Amino acid sequence: MKILVCISHVPDTTSKINFVEDDTKFDTGGVQFVINPNDEFGLTRAMWFKDKQGATVDVVTVGGKDTEPTIRKALAIGADSAHRVDTEPLDGFQVAKELAEVAKDGKYDLIIAGRESIDYNGGMVPGMLAKLIGANFINTCVSLEVEGDTATAVREIDGGKETLKSSLPLVIGGQKGLVEESDLKIPNMRGIMMARKKPLNVVEPISADSLTEAKSFRKPKPKGEITLVDADNLDKLIDLLHNEAKAI
Amino acid sequence: MSILVYTESENGKLKKAAFEVASYAKGIADLMSTSVTAVSINADNVEELKNYGVDKVLKVSNDKLSKFNADAYAEVITQASKKEDSKIVIVSQSANAKYLAPLLAVNLEAGYASNIVALPKLDEGFVVERTAFTNKAFSMTSISTDVKVLGLSSNAFGLKENEASLSEEDFSPELSDANFGIDVVSVDKNKDKVSIADAEIVVSAGRGMKGPENWEMIEELADVLNAATACSKPVSDMGWRPHSEHVGQTGKPVATNLYIAIGISGAIQHLAGISASKNKVVINTDPEAPFFKAADYGIVGDAFEVVPELIEKLKEFKANNS
Ligand SMILES: Cc1cc2nc3c(=O)[nH]c(=O)nc-3n(C[C@H](O)[C@H](O)[C@H](O)COP(=O)(O)OP(=O)(O)OC[C@H]3O[C@@H](n4cnc5c(N)ncnc54)[C@H](O)[C@@H]3O)c2cc1C
Ligand SMILES: Cc1cc2nc3c(=O)[nH]c(=O)nc-3n(C[C@H](O)[C@H](O)[C@H](O)COP(=O)(O)OP(=O)(O)OC[C@H]3O[C@@H](n4cnc5c(N)ncnc54)[C@H](O)[C@@H]3O)c2cc1C
Repeated sequence: MKILVCISHVPDTTSKINFVEDDTKFDTGGVQFVINPNDEFGLTRAMWFKDKQGATVDVVTVGGKDTEPTIRKALAIGADSAHRVDTEPLDGFQVAKELAEVAKDGKYDLIIAGRESIDYNGGMVPGMLAKLIGANFINTCVSLEVEGDTATAVREIDGGKETLKSSLPLVIGGQKGLVEESDLKIPNMRGIMMARKKPLNVVEPISADSLTEAKSFRKPKPKGEITLVDADNLDKLIDLLHNEAKAI
Repeated sequence: MSILVYTESENGKLKKAAFEVASYAKGIADLMSTSVTAVSINADNVEELKNYGVDKVLKVSNDKLSKFNADAYAEVITQASKKEDSKIVIVSQSANAKYLAPLLAVNLEAGYASNIVALPKLDEGFVVERTAFTNKAFSMTSISTDVKVLGLSSNAFGLKENEASLSEEDFSPELSDANFGIDVVSVDKNKDKVSIADAEIVVSAGRGMKGPENWEMIEELADVLNAATACSKPVSDMGWRPHSEHVGQTGKPVATNLYIAIGISGAIQHLAGISASKNKVVINTDPEAPFFKAADYGIVGDAFEVVPELIEKLKEFKANNS
């Protein structure tokens, strides 16, 4: 089985979110970039398929040279080889079109992406990619097994779960549940050394157009003061929630 | 040229999200002086859409669509939008809508913006405001394509009543086997509990609850308020509660009317995921807990004393106000 894991290079969850150039650009100053958490769960599941079912695992990112430490980390965790499509990611559609080229060339059986990136939160790349290459697609995937050319997956729905079967090739939008938090691996020294020798192919972009553009950003308005209610006066809280907040 | 809105249903009934996206579609239709067409799949009570400004509804009745199937549903909406020559297609951000929207966008070669929180601005192209960086920012995003797919965040626009004279039309899109490449084997839905996505109120608890055996009071509080239950990440990582309850940056987003956080410190990753909620209440023994900086109402106190008393008081309140 050939697996491709799509890796989005995103600011660490504790990053201060600020904007520069008249609020038109994200301020990357002092920001630590990491593998998108949803993708890390997917990558770790791919490692399971590698260990247990002899799968080969490639990773891919669409991004500039600055994304290489992130993709090297994926190699250190155990991916066999990496592709970097050498262009700035602009929006979900453009990224999906670039990924589609890599996906078609590699004839992958399974493509694991994340449910959403934690930076732009588009939630669109995996579905678009699947449609562009004519593969099946399962989103918010929390469990995945493959036997022969059939995948069995569990998807989270609002208020429950759904079990699905699909033939391959399949694209998933994955998240926690694919593996547990405790299964995530911090690369060890050997992994890091080996990662240096693994191939990282720089792929020429097809220069797909983006269809949307983030023109400017703003931060939420600062919140008003909190109203503290005494623990002995819960009637007051109920009154505030009923009459002021109109929430109960 | 009318605006197309996909109005979701469940067990034959339109969902609240359907009326919200319809209200939003009407808002855009007014800006652009056009009408609103809804497309519904196996819904019986479509006449209610007339209260939210919908002029026409395309009714699809098809047994093959009795279970949700993203590709087939996306195909239905694609064909509806072509038939109506719609340039704007609106969906909610339920799990199902988020699943089908990217497929729909590819079918229509449309630019897609998700997590939209306001009506578009039309003076410089077509610009929508959406959340980004998990609610830590808003982005003004322009969409340059002729056809556009818009995903409206839940509870961002609300329900707006608007009387219209609704016409109903049966619609039978053509579906092929290729649209059913994925087989839904089973659906396991908790019928007597409200889901986090659909709930008006969410009662959430953290490590301050000490152990899974103490969740009874959290469930009871949720029950009294007809709320969904949620939890912080460590609580689900330790297996005290199912992963499906984990909310925050790496869990489910919450955009509800009332979010009650009990024994949750308010870490940045937790707050990011819940900050779109309108009213936030924190109950915590530690007045220095960061959650007090993010909440609207706060009680410094021990959950094991406050929560049982709050349940009693709320029961009284409900009894007097129903
Ligand atoms: C400096 C900088 C500025 C940027 N500015 C913008 C901007 O203004 N607007 C904007 O929309 N995007 C911008 N991006 C790109 C953004 O980081 C995403 O790569 C891209 O837009 C898709 O985001 P999404 O939220 O739609 O992805 P989602 O659809 O939410 O991502 C889901 C999954 O798709 C895969 N995926 C997403 N992106 C990539 C990728 N680049 N390579 C490989 N797999 C990927 C991952 O598996 C991810 O988990 C910028 C990136 C950088 C580095
Ligand atoms: C990459 C990454 C992603 C993450 N994503 C998420 C996420 O999506 N969601 C999330 O929740 N976290 C997330 N976290 C974890 C986050 O950083 C915090 O560790 C977590 O939110 C803390 O959970 P908590 O508030 O339940 O526990 P704690 O921080 O331990 O807080 C417990 C609180 O309970 C209070 N307390 C104790 N006893 C009582 C009592 N008797 N009555 C009332 N209050 C009491 C304490 O004062 C304390 O404030 C993430 C972390 C990382 C690194």
